[in-house]
Amino acid sequence: MEFLLPRDRQEALELMAGRPGTVPVAGGTDVMVGWNMSRGLPARALDLSRLGHLSRRRYGEGRYRLGANTTYSTLTDELRGELPGLAAAAGAVGSRQIRNRGTLGGSLGSAWPAADAHPALLACRAEVELASVRGSRRVPVREFFSGPGRTAREGDELIEAVLLPRPEGPQLFTKVGRKAVATLATCSFAVALWPSTRQVLTGVGGADRPAPAAVAEAFLAGQLAAHGTWESGERLPDEVVRHFGELAAEGAVLGDDVRATAEYRRRALSVLARRSLAQAWENYRTERHRCA
Amino acid sequence: MRMNLTVNGERHMLEEVRESESLLFVLRERVGLPGTKNACEQGRCGSCSVLLDGMLCCSCLVPAVQARECSVTTVEGLAGQGGPGEEDGPDSVQRAFLDAGAVQCGFCTPGMLLAAHNLLRHTPDPQEAEVRQALAGNICRCTGYQHIVEAVLLAAEYRRAERGALVQPDGAP
Repeated sequence: MEFLLPRDRQEALELMAGRPGTVPVAGGTDVMVGWNMSRGLPARALDLSRLGHLSRRRYGEGRYRLGANTTYSTLTDELRGELPGLAAAAGAVGSRQIRNRGTLGGSLGSAWPAADAHPALLACRAEVELASVRGSRRVPVREFFSGPGRTAREGDELIEAVLLPRPEGPQLFTKVGRKAVATLATCSFAVALWPSTRQVLTGVGGADRPAPAAVAEAFLAGQLAAHGTWESGERLPDEVVRHFGELAAEGAVLGDDVRATAEYRRRALSVLARRSLAQAWENYRTERHRCA
Repeated sequence: MRMNLTVNGERHMLEEVRESESLLFVLRERVGLPGTKNACEQGRCGSCSVLLDGMLCCSCLVPAVQARECSVTTVEGLAGQGGPGEEDGPDSVQRAFLDAGAVQCGFCTPGMLLAAHNLLRHTPDPQEAEVRQALAGNICRCTGYQHIVEAVLLAAEYRRAERGALVQPDGAP
C-alpha cells in the first residue's frame, strides 16, 4: 500500500487525478477500522490531515462553510449555538476520542448508514462541495448518498467542504443505540424546521442509506398548509404527529443485523420521528410566542 | 517509510514503518512502550487512548503516517508530572487510582488514566456526570466503574490541593 502525502490543495487534486481507487483519509476513524480488521487494504491512500484549507470555517451570505476536516469536537465545542442540529448529532458520535479525530468529510466519504451526522445534514439542508482537477461542484446532501455505501463522489474528487444555511427554527437529533453513550446508532432521526419556506425537513439513519423521510415530509407539509398551522402556530393534532412517525418508519429501507431487527428499527424509528416532531413543533410555537 | 515521532518528550526516528500501520502498533512494537493497550482495534474500548499533540484519541485508529513529526503522550509519560516533591512518582491521577482502588486487572487503566488526565486538563473541577461522560469511551470489564469515577474525582481534589500549595498567600514554597 502506498500513502500519498500531498503538501497542498493543488498537489492533492493532482494526485487524485488518474489514480482511481485512492482512499482519502482525514481522521482515520472509519477507514482504520477496516484496515485493522484486515478487510483488505487499498492500493493507495491519500493523507488529508495536513491540508490547511480543509480545516477552515467561515460564514457569509447566510451560510456556513465548514472545511471537510471539521471534527465532531469542533462542532460540539464551538458551533453548538450556530448549528444546533448538526452539533447535537456530532455529540452523539462515539466517544471524545472519536469526536476529536472524526471529521464531517470523512463521515460523508465513508457513508456508513448508521453515521450520526448524516440525518442532521439531510434535515439541515447541507450541500457537499467536491473538487477535482476538473473543477469544483456542489451536491445537495439529499442527492449525495446514491445507494448503500455509495455516494456521488467521483473517484478523482475530494470532499472539500460542507455548506449549511443558517438555521431558521428548531433542529433536533435523536438516536437509539444499545448503550446510552458511545454507541453506534440502531436508528436515528433528525428534524429541522424552515418557516420561511414552510418546510419540515428530516433525515433517517440506520436504514440501507442515509435518506430523508420524504413521504412523511410531504404528508406533514400538506397538513400544515391545509390548516394554516404555520401561521396560526397551533398545536399539531396527535393523529398527525403519530401518522408522521408511522410514515417516517415505513419509508425507510430497514434490515436485520447484529444490532437490531428490521421490526425493532421500524418501531423505534416511528417513536423517534413522532417525539422529535412534537418537540420541535412545540419549541417553534414557544419561540414564536416569545418573538411576537 | 521513515518518520519522526516524539514520544513522552523523546524523539524517535523510525525506519520501515508500513503505510497501513496504526500509531498504536508503532508505539508498542517499534518504540517499545507496551503501556498503551491493544484490545478492540475499532475505537470502541479506549484502551489504546493517548494524547496526540495534546488531543485525546484512540491510537489504534490513527494511521502512523499521520503522526509523523507529532508529539505523543502515553501512560509511560504521565509519571513525574505530579505536584511539588514528586517529580519521579506517579502523577496525581495515577495516585488517585491507587488510593481509590480503581485498578483491578489493570488492562483498561492506561486508557482510563489518559482520558481522566484529558478531562481534568479541560475541566479541573468536574461533576460526577462529567466524569462518566468523559470516560464513556473507555470500557472496563472488572470494576463496574464506581471506583474509577471516584478516583477521578479524588484526582481533582489532589490537584486542587496542589494548586493551593503553589499559591500560598505568605509566599512559602
